[in-house]
Amino acid sequence: MIPNHDVVLVGGGGAGLRAAIAIAETNPRLDIAVVSKVYPMRSHTVSAEGGAAGAIAPDDSLDEHAFDTIAGGDWLTDQDAVEAFVKEAPKELLQLEHWGCPWSREPDGRVAVRPFGGMKKMRTWFAADKTGFHMLHTLFQTSLKYTTVKRYDEWFVTRILVDEGRAQGVVAIDLASGRVEAITARAVILCTGGCGKVFPFTTNASINTGDGMSLAYRAGTPLKDMEFVQYHPTGLPFTGILITEAARSEGGYLINKDGYRYLQDYNLGTPHKDPVFKSMELGPRDRLSQAFMQELAKGRTIAGPYGPVVHLDLRHLGAKKIDSKIPFVRELCKKYQNVDPVTELIPVRPVVHYMMGGVHTDINGATPLPGLYAVGETACVSINGANRLGSNSLPELLVFGARAGRAAAEYASRVYDVTPGVVAQTEDERRRVEHDLLNRTGHERIADLRGEMQKTMEESAGIYRTGAALAKGIEQLRRVRARFADLAIEDDSRTFNTERVSALELGFMLDVAETMIMSALKREESRGAHQRTDFPARDDVRFLSHSLVYRNADGSPRVEYLPVTITRWPPAERVYGEAAAHGGPHHTAGSALPAGEAV
Amino acid sequence: MGDHITLQVARYLPEKQSESTFDEHEVPCPKDWVVLDGLNYIKDKIDGTLSYRWSCRMGICGSCGMTVNGEPKLTCATFLADYAPGPLRVEPLRNFPVIRDLIVDIGDFMRKLVSVKPFIVRRYEKPLSEGEYLQTPQELDEYKQFSMCINCMLCYAACPIYGLDPKFIGPAAIALAQRYNLDNRDEGAKQRLEVLSEHAGIWGCTFVGECTKVCPKHVDPAGAIQRYKLTAALEEMKTFFMPRGA
Amino acid sequence: MAGTPNYTDYHPRWLRRRVSTYWWLGSWSYFAFVLREASCLFVAWFVVYLLLLVRAVLQGEANYQEFMSWSATPAILRLNVVSFLFLVYHAYTFFDAAPRAMVVHLGKTRVPASLIAGGHYAAWAVASAVIFWVLLRV
Repeated sequence: MIPNHDVVLVGGGGAGLRAAIAIAETNPRLDIAVVSKVYPMRSHTVSAEGGAAGAIAPDDSLDEHAFDTIAGGDWLTDQDAVEAFVKEAPKELLQLEHWGCPWSREPDGRVAVRPFGGMKKMRTWFAADKTGFHMLHTLFQTSLKYTTVKRYDEWFVTRILVDEGRAQGVVAIDLASGRVEAITARAVILCTGGCGKVFPFTTNASINTGDGMSLAYRAGTPLKDMEFVQYHPTGLPFTGILITEAARSEGGYLINKDGYRYLQDYNLGTPHKDPVFKSMELGPRDRLSQAFMQELAKGRTIAGPYGPVVHLDLRHLGAKKIDSKIPFVRELCKKYQNVDPVTELIPVRPVVHYMMGGVHTDINGATPLPGLYAVGETACVSINGANRLGSNSLPELLVFGARAGRAAAEYASRVYDVTPGVVAQTEDERRRVEHDLLNRTGHERIADLRGEMQKTMEESAGIYRTGAALAKGIEQLRRVRARFADLAIEDDSRTFNTERVSALELGFMLDVAETMIMSALKREESRGAHQRTDFPARDDVRFLSHSLVYRNADGSPRVEYLPVTITRWPPAERVYGEAAAHGGPHHTAGSALPAGEAV
Repeated sequence: MGDHITLQVARYLPEKQSESTFDEHEVPCPKDWVVLDGLNYIKDKIDGTLSYRWSCRMGICGSCGMTVNGEPKLTCATFLADYAPGPLRVEPLRNFPVIRDLIVDIGDFMRKLVSVKPFIVRRYEKPLSEGEYLQTPQELDEYKQFSMCINCMLCYAACPIYGLDPKFIGPAAIALAQRYNLDNRDEGAKQRLEVLSEHAGIWGCTFVGECTKVCPKHVDPAGAIQRYKLTAALEEMKTFFMPRGA
Repeated sequence: MAGTPNYTDYHPRWLRRRVSTYWWLGSWSYFAFVLREASCLFVAWFVVYLLLLVRAVLQGEANYQEFMSWSATPAILRLNVVSFLFLVYHAYTFFDAAPRAMVVHLGKTRVPASLIAGGHYAAWAVASAVIFWVLLRV
């Protein structure tokens, strides 16, 4: 059978659109479908604020960007992928500039860069403080140029069609009408973003429910490094809205209830009046979040109406600087928390922000399942390792979006047709979605189960984890899953049935949550964003590997390991503050390994 | 938790109704709850069949536009406490066909957006090896305001011209066209002129100015349109007097 | 409606709401807009009135006096007062809108909106002053 399209992309955010454009440019004869459950300009890429890193300053180099990324990832990054990434990042950002992205400029007209947490040199390109917004809209509007890109707006993908050992398309619901259709293709690229909604406090939008990760997991391909969840240290309580790192890179201070800049107690340097690279408030996100938890344990946080918070102090920057460099921060605080940063302290707490883990792919976005690719936050290449540096995620979308697009285009021009087996699978899926999920009588409300799952994740898989809490979490999740079978769906309409969508999303989230807790339980060390109080040290002997979670036939997760690719930077200790000034790309002093262990 | 507020929510179930009706619910309204939180409360605890769009709840994705007490607003940026004890009426955005409950179809805008060529149009693309197109901060400021559009459609809901004549291309599409016209890297102003200087283009606008008033991102589409009217008129005169020379 | 059509299962059944003829009574902004548009009728009336005045002057003293007494009748007087108010409103909204359409650059900076509007008002004041001076001189 002839497939509907040559390549189908699930998700229309930064990664999906970049991949679609890459395919259209590589081979203008290919027919491309972008299937997204929301209109592309609503994708969560739009909310990214800080910036995108690309080494262009004359005193900067690719090796330094690579080292910062590898050290920031606590050596769990695949170094060949990082080397490719830092090399292509500036080119991709420049390409975006050519497509019209309004990067902020120096007075002479050249692109400006600014400092960012975890980066030793200034290399973060930015578009005021709405970088993700401008990038997404530039990509979306540029994609309108290519007539070979057909969009399926507000179509919700529920399953990947797999037959004869390769991916052959997807099954999706046209939300507006309720039709369930197969969209067959020669290659499938997953770009559905992260899964922050499995946690209660997150910067993520309601649409970030780990759809692509769960789809790949159910299709038989493994998820990688799912235990690494990045907390952003400064999110507004209750709403979880992100207060961008740029507020700190412009000079904000984090203070506890005594007005003390507490980060100096946690090996993050000594406080200076102006921001210092890789020190104090510009340290990496995981260390800052962990500092909050420790302050909380010491009772030095402030008790707010939605839980404990610390304060972000921007008052000393002055109204002029705030309004020119970080106006969105001021707008957000006033609109959603009734706080004016110019005169008041902003209450903040760590919130879940990014998922380092995801669908296991190689350096070209290909999963072990032929025909299936993944890019962006959905995927794990891995260039972020155990902890992602700020401003590395946006160029990741572009670099690997382009690579995966080109790889998928090349694959799609080699593959012939779609096998008849997909017809039966589509029918099966149609029955599940149409009959089993419409007007379902039961006793459990979706919101209750979702709340239970989120509470379990917060308690078991928070910033600090223990084996006991994780094991308990697995049990609790199993109970939630059992209750999920008794779900009630009141909405029996076919037209834009958002309750059915919520139920499907909850199913995806339960899968993903289970893989996260299982991976965390099996990793008995502390590295980057995964901190075990019962195993507080980093263990390069046993765990310098990625965890791969496979789905067993009975639905339970099985964890295996894959060694990390090390090329030029042998594992060393992650240092910040004054120590970082002495460290560097070739310095391995203070290594946690016995000599000679570097691979 | 503070007081409660009565929410009157528009419902439209196309398989069962041919008109829209209203449901009334009491929801709590603490100081920092927005209308969206109220709708989520109804959906999570009272009536799971209520359907509406939302995503980022921080005013940047543009999904959650609805008519709140007669005015087009982003429901993630409208505090419930400002309207307590109510009743607060929430309806779908005006001037768009309603698919279901509070969800409207914006396909018309998506087609119009494509027609104004909202991308950089150049005769010759500079190769990447030659670096970036230079653009000073002043040149960036020329079009920056118009690039802030989040496509929330509040301007279309507020525009009476679009309501009376759905062929009108609309404020956001013209603002986005201007964003590219004024970008010093773009050379496609002439191509956009053809689309925009039709009757259903900029000349349909009579400068009511409501679009600018409701825009949550201060894009000022009305200003963009009026400026473009001057440009378009000058272009028309130029082609009239100098058909080959312009 | 002549009965609802027989839709197939997945056909969209959108609700299209008609805009009321009285949409402009819906809010103060809309009402102010319609008043602004209506003010052009009064501008037209003043143009006609001016032409009639010129004609009366050209036709001699008697016609001119007759025209003046006609102008003084209550109906015309009220009409002219109302028209004058609408004219002021028209001018105000026009000058307010002018800077939105005219973006003037002096070197690299933009001339602020208040200056452009102010310039219009100033020109109006100067023109009025000149006309008053001419009228009072003659």
